[in-house]
Amino acid sequence: MSEKLKALAATGNLSTGFEEESLVRAVQQGAGFVGCDAGTTDSGPYYLGSGNPRGPREGTKRNLHIMIREALRAGIPVIVGSAGHAGGRPHLEWTIEIIKELARENGWHFKLAAIDSEITKEDLLDAFRRGEVTPLYPAPDLNEGTLRQAERFVAMMGIEPIQAALSSGAQVVVAGRCSDVAIYAAGKILECGAASAAQRLYPDCMAAELDQEGFTVEPPNPALRCTPQSVAAHTLYENADPYYLVESGGTLDTTAVQYEALSDRAVRVRGSRFVASEKYTVRIEGAALAGFRSIVVAGIRDPLLLRQLDKFLSSLRAVINRKIEKSLKISSNAYTLSFRVYGWNASLGPLEPISHVEGHEIGLIIDVVASSQSMAADILPLVWHTGLHHAIPEHEGLISNFAFPFSPPGIDVGPVYRFCANHVWELKDPCEPFRMNMENL
Amino acid sequence: MRELWEFTKLIRSKNAGPFELTFDIMFKDADSFHQVMKSGALTPELIAHLYKTQRERTRFFVIERLLTVKISIPRAIFSGDVMDTDVYGGQFHGPLVRLPIDLG
Repeated sequence: MSEKLKALAATGNLSTGFEEESLVRAVQQGAGFVGCDAGTTDSGPYYLGSGNPRGPREGTKRNLHIMIREALRAGIPVIVGSAGHAGGRPHLEWTIEIIKELARENGWHFKLAAIDSEITKEDLLDAFRRGEVTPLYPAPDLNEGTLRQAERFVAMMGIEPIQAALSSGAQVVVAGRCSDVAIYAAGKILECGAASAAQRLYPDCMAAELDQEGFTVEPPNPALRCTPQSVAAHTLYENADPYYLVESGGTLDTTAVQYEALSDRAVRVRGSRFVASEKYTVRIEGAALAGFRSIVVAGIRDPLLLRQLDKFLSSLRAVINRKIEKSLKISSNAYTLSFRVYGWNASLGPLEPISHVEGHEIGLIIDVVASSQSMAADILPLVWHTGLHHAIPEHEGLISNFAFPFSPPGIDVGPVYRFCANHVWELKDPCEPFRMNMENL
Repeated sequence: MRELWEFTKLIRSKNAGPFELTFDIMFKDADSFHQVMKSGALTPELIAHLYKTQRERTRFFVIERLLTVKISIPRAIFSGDVMDTDVYGGQFHGPLVRLPIDLG
């Protein structure tokens, strides 16, 4: 490896996009590879649980098209990490299929590596029984029973499986779930693309030149700039600890890091240390089915109703539970009924310090989660119809409490998942659970 | 009485993974930073109380070099779980924005 390597992050998330000119310029300026992170757990457990990628497919294809075209032209590799958002097998396959389609359409020929990071339940159970899987804090309760019931697990690879693919001559590497550091080495600063710029006007590329002592980060787009403050501030983003970033195989220690402005757009970062851990561990992510959701959206504008909303909703809940028990023979512990009151406490839930509705109207989402979609769909009309006419003392005669914006008022949302693992797995070989498939296109 | 946002250039909350929330409070300048820290209004105890968690579970970092206070707490309800209210954790900072700051 040469003394200096220019790492290029196409954008913060592969499905988001970047300015074509920025990427072309950065490759011409001598990028050593084009990297792109395609995933996160930020959007919740749905993608990992369902196996569905977070599109848009066309946007992802457009971005891959430009990245691969420029990389092939310059003879440098492309590295995509956390394919399809969650990095499971279906997400990897979805991404590979797009790349093969592009290769066909453009007459490209190259060596493609796919690194699968999905872990079978059997393999994880074995590791679990051998005592190689330990919880981080806070972690959901993962035992043999919950492990068996889960939908899907992935392990977050470090840099080693990607290095193995590159040294086997892969020109395009698509990795399942992987840490940001695995793609970029300058990990945290590049993983969000242009997010470490002083003013991120739009999603775009970011580049960093790495050497033995540190790296210099500078946006390829002349309209963007990095300042020591903007780069330092980004090290805080989405990390629980500002000084120690735990990654596969070790911890990045930023306590002694120095940020220095080299120009009004470029920042030199020095003094971060990667401390390899005694045992090589990778993070495990898992998702389990939690039920099926049906919801109703409604507005409430009656001031007399609003001033007693809390009481109204608790008496409504009691009536609903009774009705469902009687007419559907479903007991109240077989489903979850939540009133999400926008205009009061829907955003913070039990953490909302304001104890009553202050505005002139509220938006209500009635949320039912049951063990099947048909059960949730059966419960929902009973819920909203009961609420629609539930009486308050100030009005005599039949009232209609809810302003439904839509007909039908309810929507079946589909499956709901929950994250079921926040654990690490101790490996003897960093490549052990990751399977590489190499193909000549 | 002034409010916290008058001293800051950024107050945000965000997931730090699906199981933790993190708050970044970045001050406008050194004066603002020192005034708020001296006022005693922004403490780990306050955060633990406001977000109904234990003091020992509240990680509170005062990063003078960046004129920033960073706080991390566990999520009582994990991101995207059935009863979650904010999948990205992006609005939990709400109650901190108008925190009263008494400069005495």
